[in-house]
Amino acid sequence: MKLIRFASIDGNSNGYWALMALFAAFIMAALGSSYFMEHNGHWVTGMNNQIVWGLPHVFAVFLIVAASGALNVASIASVFNKKAYKPLARLSALLAIALLMGGLVVLVLDLGRPDRLIIAATIYNFKSIFAWNMILYSGFIGIVGVYLWTMMDQTVAKYNRVAGISAFIWRLMLTTGTGSIFGFLVARQGYDAAIMAPMFVIMSFAFGLAFFLLVLFAAYNGTKRELGDAIVLRLRKLLGVFVAAILYFVAVFHLTNLYATEHHGVEAFILRDGGIFTQLFWAQVVIGGLIPLALIFAPQLKNCRKSLALASVLVILGGLLQMYVIIIGGQAYPLQLFPGMEVSSSFFDGVVNSYTPSLAELMLGLGGVAITLIVVTLAVKALDLLPVSMADAVADPHHKD
Amino acid sequence: MVSWFQKNLQNVMLAVTALLLATSVNVNAEVAAPVVPKGKGEQCVEPTAEMRKNHMDMLKHQRDETVHNGVRTKKHALKECIACHVQPDDKGQVARFGEDEHFCSSCHNYAGVNVDCFQCHADRPQELIGKGHKIKPHHTADFKDKTINKDALQALTKVSK
Amino acid sequence: MKTENITDTSKRKFLGGAALTAGIVIAPGVLLQTVQAKPDDQPVTNKVRWGMLIDTNKCADDCTDCVTACNTENGLTGFERPETDSQWIRKVTLKDKQTGHVKTLPVMCQHCETAPCADVCPTGASFKREDGIVLVDKHICIGCRYCMMACPYKARSFVHEDLTDQKDHAPRGKGTVESCTMCVHKVDKGESPACVTACNKEHKAMYFGDLNDANSDISKRLKQYGGKQIRADLGLNPGVRYQGV
Ligand code: HEC
Ligand code: HEC
Ligand code: HEC
Repeated sequence: MKLIRFASIDGNSNGYWALMALFAAFIMAALGSSYFMEHNGHWVTGMNNQIVWGLPHVFAVFLIVAASGALNVASIASVFNKKAYKPLARLSALLAIALLMGGLVVLVLDLGRPDRLIIAATIYNFKSIFAWNMILYSGFIGIVGVYLWTMMDQTVAKYNRVAGISAFIWRLMLTTGTGSIFGFLVARQGYDAAIMAPMFVIMSFAFGLAFFLLVLFAAYNGTKRELGDAIVLRLRKLLGVFVAAILYFVAVFHLTNLYATEHHGVEAFILRDGGIFTQLFWAQVVIGGLIPLALIFAPQLKNCRKSLALASVLVILGGLLQMYVIIIGGQAYPLQLFPGMEVSSSFFDGVVNSYTPSLAELMLGLGGVAITLIVVTLAVKALDLLPVSMADAVADPHHKD
Repeated sequence: MVSWFQKNLQNVMLAVTALLLATSVNVNAEVAAPVVPKGKGEQCVEPTAEMRKNHMDMLKHQRDETVHNGVRTKKHALKECIACHVQPDDKGQVARFGEDEHFCSSCHNYAGVNVDCFQCHADRPQELIGKGHKIKPHHTADFKDKTINKDALQALTKVSK
Repeated sequence: MKTENITDTSKRKFLGGAALTAGIVIAPGVLLQTVQAKPDDQPVTNKVRWGMLIDTNKCADDCTDCVTACNTENGLTGFERPETDSQWIRKVTLKDKQTGHVKTLPVMCQHCETAPCADVCPTGASFKREDGIVLVDKHICIGCRYCMMACPYKARSFVHEDLTDQKDHAPRGKGTVESCTMCVHKVDKGESPACVTACNKEHKAMYFGDLNDANSDISKRLKQYGGKQIRADLGLNPGVRYQGV
């Protein structure tokens, strides 16, 4: 195998600066939205005492989950020693860090008291899975950062494998931890399932890879560097497997829930009677699952980049829908204080809670995505992250069609 | 309960702030000093110098003791500071936190210290709540025509000793 | 810089011996509540566990005195926005789907022994006091609202906007989570929570006392008549118990 040459991109084109301006505008809008929310208090959002986590959490959890998945390509290269993925490992690690940063910013700016972040960073309640997650998140940025360093600096290259394996283990813990945030909420019918954690791991694989593919296409198209079919085909199949796995987990999740009588109510709610949540659930299955699978595996589209890009976009959209159904749908379904009784009160007991996201929340969430993208855009200019060529001959000489 | 780490971090931060404060006060020492409204009674709960220097630590200690351990001694209670230090003026007006006339913001406004206590805590004694005017937005005052309180100035410059 | 070596030199309050006893005598010979007040300077201990017992058979359908008393005591005024205004205690109406029988009961923080809110709180702001009262230390609450997600009783509220004119004994403020404190500021003085006091004016459906003291009124009643937990299946051992549900 030839030595892969990496080089930063020039980043002087109009297109580059236009992208930067676009992302910056979204980030400004997000900061403005956050200020608006914090200044007035959360009553100006769609959130209330019933739906306490809203759209910002949908975006934040999505980005955090995607972060660990974005590391896939690097992990396959260094943990499972698949040479074909090596050239893209740097981008993969960087994207992982960027996604996590985007998610965390959204999470923090949605706190009731973001000014007290120093408290969250210095006092831990070690019983709290949330506190563990903060350690997992900061650790992730650190470990993946070191991992990236071992890839880019020859003098520390010998630690690459150790760093790669650590990052791999860490990211599995991270996604399990994020999934457990919901899995631990035993009182809420919609979340009370052990399968939540592994399901989050699988979701992370798909969302992260979808993001990775889009960034990859954009980078190679934008810089007119060559990107061979071989590597793209591999990634295509990988994405297909992950998307299928999500569908499988979603099916198992709901089927096992249907076994337990106590969960019949919430299942009927999500699958059949939940109005907008039911619609979003099935939309997710179709948009984020079935259509991407068709686009990925249709023989006629085998080497069609556009179809893969579209599939990736749909996987991301489907992922956001899935998060919305899990996070908001799970809160909309009323808590069962007195099973078997019809319950009512001034505090919305026994009713399906409604939620209408506000513009501020949406902009804050999109701002998180923009932060991710601006970090990536800046980094590919500042660092030698991208191979000069990913032509089949360079990247994967042994590839046979 | 504040963890060991946080405590030390706070100390470092306090020291740094104090240092900054000391220098900044030295710079404009001749220009202005805060006018600290007088409290009820003859003396404070601790020697005045001690209060100037350490009131924040007392309050934070008391806060943790009360909230976590249910200790309800009055001596260092915030409620009591307010009951004594915040009184109507000759015209029956009560200053609100944020105004230079309010005891707890007199020095703070001057020194640029921000505390969030009164987002939750009453800034007036209970019997005056509901009375008095609405809170005016925070403003930095013009000290020129006010007398300089030497003690306050000293307290501000000596705060880190 | 000196921080922690400031000792409390206040003269210990030995007035009236080690403890004051506060009681409300309703009828000659009937002492409804006996609550031991601890000295102000002593920390609470786990020798006591404060609890409540609610006899739903005595709770009148149209009565909301407990709710009003709570709102008045803690200054929960609200902004006419029911979805975001705080409610520390609420009257819940139950209708048996089978029989159509209707009853009402107050629900508030159940002061669980193994409180899920305290377990999930990242900073430890949600915590259980030694004497069993579950509280939010609003000084270190970052407003993440994970406790609200974890609470099985929907007992918590998030302060959604700026507040003014709070009570001096019940500080509350934007961006933090709050819930029933069992009127800790009154309990520490040897008084009963405001809701219990209000209820005892007429219907006498609420009892407050020490669950650890076998001789307390509440313990005796619980022993004799039993008391249900809401969502007993979760195994949280709440300090608030119900009769007649
Ligand atoms: C988010 C609301 C909130 C903020 C902000 C806040 N507190 Fe408190 N504080 C409380 C609550 C609630 C209590 C408990 C009251 C009780 O149990 O009687 C309390 C109690 C206290 C007590 C013990 C009771 C008393 O009156 O002495 C002290 C001291 C105290 N706080 C100090 C402070 C200081 C100093 C600040 C600012 C640095 C502050 N607090 C900011 C909510 C707040
Ligand atoms: C019994 C009434 C009373 C109470 C209660 C009280 N103070 Fe004071 N305080 C005073 C008086 C009187 C003075 C002025 C003493 C002097 O001039 O030497 C004073 C002075 C001070 C000063 C110095 C002001 C200056 O002019 O530089 C500070 C700071 C202070 N108090 C803070 C507090 C705090 C914090 C609390 C609550 C823990 C508190 N006080 C409780 C009466 C009180
Ligand atoms: C004599 C002037 C003076 C008065 C009066 C005063 N303060 Fe302060 N306070 C200061 C100074 C100066 C600092 C900053 C000290 C530092 O940073 O080291 C400070 C700091 C604080 C802090 C710590 C802030 C932080 O960021 O940790 C709290 C809390 C506080 N004050 C509360 C009060 C309260 C409550 C009152 C009214 C009862 C009050 N102060 C009245 C001068 C004053």
